[in-house]
Amino acid sequence: MKFAIFLGCNIPVRLKQYEMASRAVLKELGVSLADIPEFNCCGYPLRNIDLKAFVLSSARNLALAEKKNLNLLALCKCGYGTFRMAEHLMKENAELRDEVNRILGKEGLRYEGDTQVKHLLSVLFNDVGTKAIRASITRPYENLKIATHYGCHALRPSSIVQFDDPVAPSLFDQLVEATGAESIEWPLKLECCGAPLLGTNDELSWDFTEKKLVDAKRAGAQYLTTGCPFCQVQFDTVQETIKFERGANHHLPAILYPQLLGLCMGIDKETLGLDKNQIDITGIDDFLSM
Amino acid sequence: MLFEITLYASLAIFAAGLIYKISNWFRYEIGPDAQGISTSSRISAAARGMISTLFSAKIKTLLRVFLMDVLLQRWLMKRDFLRWLAHICIYSGFMLLLLMHGLDKLITAVLFDEYYSTLNPFMFLRDFFGLVVIIGIGFALYRRLISKAPRPRSTGIDYYAIIILSVIMISGIALEGTKIVSYSRYQEMVEEYSGLGEEETEELRALEAYWVDQFGVVSPNIKGSFENKTLAQGKELHEMSCAGCHSKPQWGFMGYGLATAIRPIALPLDRANVHHLLWYLHFMACFFGLAYLPFSKFFHIFSTPAYLLVDALVEEGRSDPANLITKQAMQVDACTHCGDCTIRCSVAVALDEIPNPNILPSEKLVACKDLLVGKKLSPKRLTRIQEGSHICTDCHRCTDVCPIGINLEYLWSNLDRMLSELGYPKPEAWAREAIGADFDLSNFKEKPLSLTPVDKEFAGALVSSAQASSFSVCFGCQNCTNVCPVVGNYENPKEVLGLLPHEIMHCLALKQKGLAIGSNMLWDCLTCYICQEHCPQGVRVTDVLYELKNLALKHLKEKAA
Repeated sequence: MKFAIFLGCNIPVRLKQYEMASRAVLKELGVSLADIPEFNCCGYPLRNIDLKAFVLSSARNLALAEKKNLNLLALCKCGYGTFRMAEHLMKENAELRDEVNRILGKEGLRYEGDTQVKHLLSVLFNDVGTKAIRASITRPYENLKIATHYGCHALRPSSIVQFDDPVAPSLFDQLVEATGAESIEWPLKLECCGAPLLGTNDELSWDFTEKKLVDAKRAGAQYLTTGCPFCQVQFDTVQETIKFERGANHHLPAILYPQLLGLCMGIDKETLGLDKNQIDITGIDDFLSM
Repeated sequence: MLFEITLYASLAIFAAGLIYKISNWFRYEIGPDAQGISTSSRISAAARGMISTLFSAKIKTLLRVFLMDVLLQRWLMKRDFLRWLAHICIYSGFMLLLLMHGLDKLITAVLFDEYYSTLNPFMFLRDFFGLVVIIGIGFALYRRLISKAPRPRSTGIDYYAIIILSVIMISGIALEGTKIVSYSRYQEMVEEYSGLGEEETEELRALEAYWVDQFGVVSPNIKGSFENKTLAQGKELHEMSCAGCHSKPQWGFMGYGLATAIRPIALPLDRANVHHLLWYLHFMACFFGLAYLPFSKFFHIFSTPAYLLVDALVEEGRSDPANLITKQAMQVDACTHCGDCTIRCSVAVALDEIPNPNILPSEKLVACKDLLVGKKLSPKRLTRIQEGSHICTDCHRCTDVCPIGINLEYLWSNLDRMLSELGYPKPEAWAREAIGADFDLSNFKEKPLSLTPVDKEFAGALVSSAQASSFSVCFGCQNCTNVCPVVGNYENPKEVLGLLPHEIMHCLALKQKGLAIGSNMLWDCLTCYICQEHCPQGVRVTDVLYELKNLALKHLKEKAA
């Protein structure tokens, strides 16, 4: 099993631990990764500005993976959703696809649509499987209550992204339960973290983050887990900002799923970059069984 | 006379330009830390820093960086051997030409008693160094024009550099070639050095025959094969009067090659005095290059080594803060426009759809510099810079890849700050205000909407994706608005958001552009897709909102243009 790993713009600079933990976990589970240094922006930030520029940007990455004959593994939910949307638009609109291919052709690339785009969580769930994951765990968690944050752009629009059931998804919960932790039910589970509005309307963005933190906490969560750099930064770095700006301390630490999984597989904290999170999560190993 | 005047004039401009450019390093203010530290205190901090470095162990670092990074350009060799070779060819060939040939009276003649530019090894070396430069220029042109590899963006400043170098080199070779064949030049030399009088016709004829036969001179009097006796006499005279300061022109292999090629037209060229014209062209091009150097790409000959040295010595937390600020200011000038940042840029791909060069880091830096020196930029240019600047995803790749270590990321964050201060913040934040002013929704409140004429073009503009036209099946159930978390966040959402999602869909059906793109809802949309997921009619509400944002920004862009 081999994928071209797509890191995007954020992870290498602002969330190195996501990359570190993902690589470590995937290696343990026998998934090999190829790096394509020519990858560019996934197109997500361009969507507000220019649809064609977004599709072109997305398609170039897909064409690069296609050239290497590899499927793409995205760590970011927004990146994943963007790729799926670009694929959809090019399927629906032949003219757009031709135009994109004309531009890509200038550097000898072509988008045919042969590359499959997958998110880290769907690779873990569908390609590796919870059975293999359970088998790789050495010290499962005990008495740990986790709130799963699905992330909008992986779930919706469901007909296009096809990640999981958009109304009652269970993929992420099953992955969490495989670690021995309990995935709690919480009303705002499927709502947005607020990240897309950060920078244009901070107050509104923080409102959503706070609502989710309060809701998950009320439902009994000890940690919140994510599979997207935008959501993670929102629940980690921005939670700290909210504490500072609004004096509201919800203290619900967020952990990236590969960090959560890696720890119970016996991978050490440094490799998983646990110390790189803004809110201290190193205490989570108290929940590991003996 | 003209030579001296232009020489001194260009030297004066060069010196003034250099002082002006270097003074900028102490005047540019980048970042909030730079406020409040005066130019004079920055200059004195730099002087103190330089003196203390010279008398400390840091001198070793300085020498190491000078040798490895400035002279040998190790950083470039590690990155791309071919490019390093091209650069080292141009730089070392040109420097050696400048020292040995350009400044021969000051340097070569002082070092070597026997120096004549027409004597070996100098004659050969001049052509050899010239060839080295030409090989380098060849590589540079190949890379910019022909190579299919990821290419940097070449602009006027790059072509100027290549053109001025080419003019200097080509005029030099042409000058040498036309002088070799020139009969008038030959006669001048005979008069000056041979000591033969006009009456010594036989000797003069023999010497001329020898030079025509051996030295490539084209004579209007004699040609063809000569008797051995005449040549032997000519050789004797040559060795007596000429050989002491004139080697065979074949050693100047490029000039001689050209001389061979132009033999058939050598006489008319000589009559037209072409070698004199070429001499003017050659030195004028050199002096122009010199005078313009501080303002051209070649300023990096000074700024890049200076930055490399300062960067190796000035560290955050350990050095005088004034020197840190100066170092940051130097960065802007240290750029050689090599284009590595642009090749690595994560959003450069968008350029094909959004033709705005300010997207590219190598070009954005030019905008940065213009803003720093306090140039008054037109609103149109500012809008373009704003667009380019905010498409950047802050992925840090340009900074990681810059061969001389310019902290571009730091410059970008300051560019954003400067743009915001000038009233050009992030486009999405800016659009909310600017669009609001154009399409004030309160204007629509009290009066009934006119359904004719409708903006037909507007409806057409939305079908760039087939999905956006899906609004036509909306039957007004308001599900989208009811499930929207943004709407749900406010007591009175209409007051804050203007039109709500279902109302925007109605506006589209009615083709009311002003209403549709004037709503704050667009800019406060989370893009969480809950509305779209819940639409019983399959209207792609979120996607439509995305496209409306595109249209709104396009409207503003067209207005600025």
